[in-house]
Amino acid sequence: MSKTISISAIAAIASLGLSAAPLRAQQPALDSLAAAVRALQAQVDSLSREPSSAASSAAAAPARTSGAYMNTSFVGLTDAGWSTAKDIGALQPGDHDPHVRGFSIPNGELALDGAVDPYFKGFANIVYKLDAKGETGVELEEMYFVTTSLPGNLQLKGGQFFLEFGRQNPQHPHSWAFADEPLVLSRMFGGEGLRSQGLRLSWLLPTSFYTEAMVSVMNSAGGTTSSFRSDESTLIHGGAPFDRPVDRVGDMLVVPRIATSVDLSETQSVVLGASAAFGPNNSGASARTSIFGADLYYKWKSLTAEKGFPFVSFQAEGMLRRYDAVSRISEATPSLTLPGEVLKDNGAYAQVLWGIKPMLIAGLRGEYANGDPAAFDSELRANRRRISPDLTWFPTEFSKIRLQYNFDDRRGIGTDHSLWMQFEFLLGAHAAHKF
Amino acid sequence: MTINMNRNWMYRIAAAALLAPMIAAVPSAKKLNVVATTPDLASIARAIGGDAVDVKSLAKPTEDAHFVDAKPSHIVTLNRADVLIEGGAELELGWLPPLLESARNDKLASGAPGRILASQGVRLLEIPTSFDRARGDVHALGNPHFLIDPVNVRIIAGQIAAHLSQVQPESAPLFAANLKAFTATLDAKMAEWQKTLAPYRGAKIVTYHKDFTYLAERFKLDVIETLEPKPGIAPSPAHLAQVITAMKTQNSHVILVQPFQNRKTAETVARQTGATIVDIAQQPGAFPNTDSYFQLMDHVVGALAAALAGGK
Repeated sequence: MSKTISISAIAAIASLGLSAAPLRAQQPALDSLAAAVRALQAQVDSLSREPSSAASSAAAAPARTSGAYMNTSFVGLTDAGWSTAKDIGALQPGDHDPHVRGFSIPNGELALDGAVDPYFKGFANIVYKLDAKGETGVELEEMYFVTTSLPGNLQLKGGQFFLEFGRQNPQHPHSWAFADEPLVLSRMFGGEGLRSQGLRLSWLLPTSFYTEAMVSVMNSAGGTTSSFRSDESTLIHGGAPFDRPVDRVGDMLVVPRIATSVDLSETQSVVLGASAAFGPNNSGASARTSIFGADLYYKWKSLTAEKGFPFVSFQAEGMLRRYDAVSRISEATPSLTLPGEVLKDNGAYAQVLWGIKPMLIAGLRGEYANGDPAAFDSELRANRRRISPDLTWFPTEFSKIRLQYNFDDRRGIGTDHSLWMQFEFLLGAHAAHKF
Repeated sequence: MTINMNRNWMYRIAAAALLAPMIAAVPSAKKLNVVATTPDLASIARAIGGDAVDVKSLAKPTEDAHFVDAKPSHIVTLNRADVLIEGGAELELGWLPPLLESARNDKLASGAPGRILASQGVRLLEIPTSFDRARGDVHALGNPHFLIDPVNVRIIAGQIAAHLSQVQPESAPLFAANLKAFTATLDAKMAEWQKTLAPYRGAKIVTYHKDFTYLAERFKLDVIETLEPKPGIAPSPAHLAQVITAMKTQNSHVILVQPFQNRKTAETVARQTGATIVDIAQQPGAFPNTDSYFQLMDHVVGALAAALAGGK
């Protein structure tokens, strides 16, 4: 900075000198002016050497990050821990959960977002993750646009995205209150959550309190539609997957949701939601799956909260699944035909978070997932329960250290104890959080 | 005939009774819905908008404006707004963008007349020369707590009047008159505040966060330390020891603390230095009888002067 000033000062003096060239008589006056400029220069230089003092900083405006066309951020998530269970993959079914005894890197997430133009916003995130063998996998986790100016309080979202079913499914691991995903979510949606390619239309109702109704229409196949036409559905129904074509609208995955919220007082708010997912599954030509869910979120935050603390929040979600498994040939034993049946599953979790003091949160989560007995005894549908207390400390908003204990009780396997540590860092754009 | 007349009157009364709420509703229906992110911006908007506006603040007076929850009720408020006034300079970065995305209100689009960015007309202080979070949560665009300087409020009041007039041209004369009155009062008050604080020019003070930089700059006070070692980083015992030494050697007797900051930390330092804690706020309404910007500044200047006088 001081260099620019010197150059401009010299230029100013030079131009002064040129214009004043014929007026030799004024040379002494010019010399004294030059001396004055030099003195001023020295003063500016000394000021700029002071570390970010109020007087000097305004002059040195760097490139404005907030004015950039795209926000870029990177979240790095690492886990370390041990469990009495050897089958960590089955114990921790979530894709971003710790996978092994020792160290896991379940999520390195590059997120990009910004305004596309006056009509659209765009978002993409690319996830790198290391599997249990340390192999890196890369996936385009989400990539979608959202409209900004549709009439009638409507909003359209399109691309690949996590479906708005309940509270946690659309959240990224960065926003989770625990090191692992609730059991009921991996039971109903698979380890990677319910996401697919399609469109979502949302309507903000003209009610005095918040009410939003939305419906998504998505592709019903692929690894992230585990209760529907996913190739991995065999693990649920045990039959050879039936290759179903997409013939009609009914072959799409349809996910409606309604959410409403009121402020109970200046410090308390509650959000209630109901969701469902309907679509075909691949146990047979006309087999279908229906999932129903209800969710509740309550939060109290002090009127004089420092950095958002203290607070107390309660979150719960419950789900039911009806899975038509039609009469099908067993994949493991082709001579065996499994009878037509309806596979019924249900599960729920409830978690309380207490923001004790700035940047420190204590949490407790209780959960279960049950499956009714069926002809095919799926490991994925076995009854299990889990209790998890955890403690999370944020050294700043950009880093997080978490300690979590899990008590697991699985039917046919027994009880297990696990201790997980989690460390997360955030680089780049400041995260903005939904309620 | 008499019966007819009576009936006539009955009809008129009934019609009047039915119409009255509608007539009463007409002017209020034309009122602009102005939403401000913080109560200080809301109080300026109320002064300029007068009866032509309804003003709501998203943040509460006692709340840290960096950490407001993006509650769904705010989505509804923003959805129905005609005008949004935000502080800018990354003050609301953690919560306003998701609210605006859900609110889907074109009137508040970036660059629209209904969107007022207060930081735009202000000379921001403490703009970092490099982006390095090892120095704490430094705002890339500069310190966003600029409304505590009345000179900045004068600039922003003008901006608000200009935008409101653009959104509702028929009320422009009202906004202009209100702006004139507001500015006149502000100038008169400014002279008063400067007179009150003049004896303490150069006085050394300590603040919790870097949130009174603009006040210090305007009234020539010297913030020698903050209880936070770096912006947004919690006070550590080692840093507090340093603050205590600095206060003792530089003869500093005043610590400013806002309602949402940890007063106990300030009390610890005050016990060891004999300093006075000034409970002070940047937001109108945080303390009783501080609902307008003028009342707030009267409180700030008065409390500060009293504490500085005690320390002399």
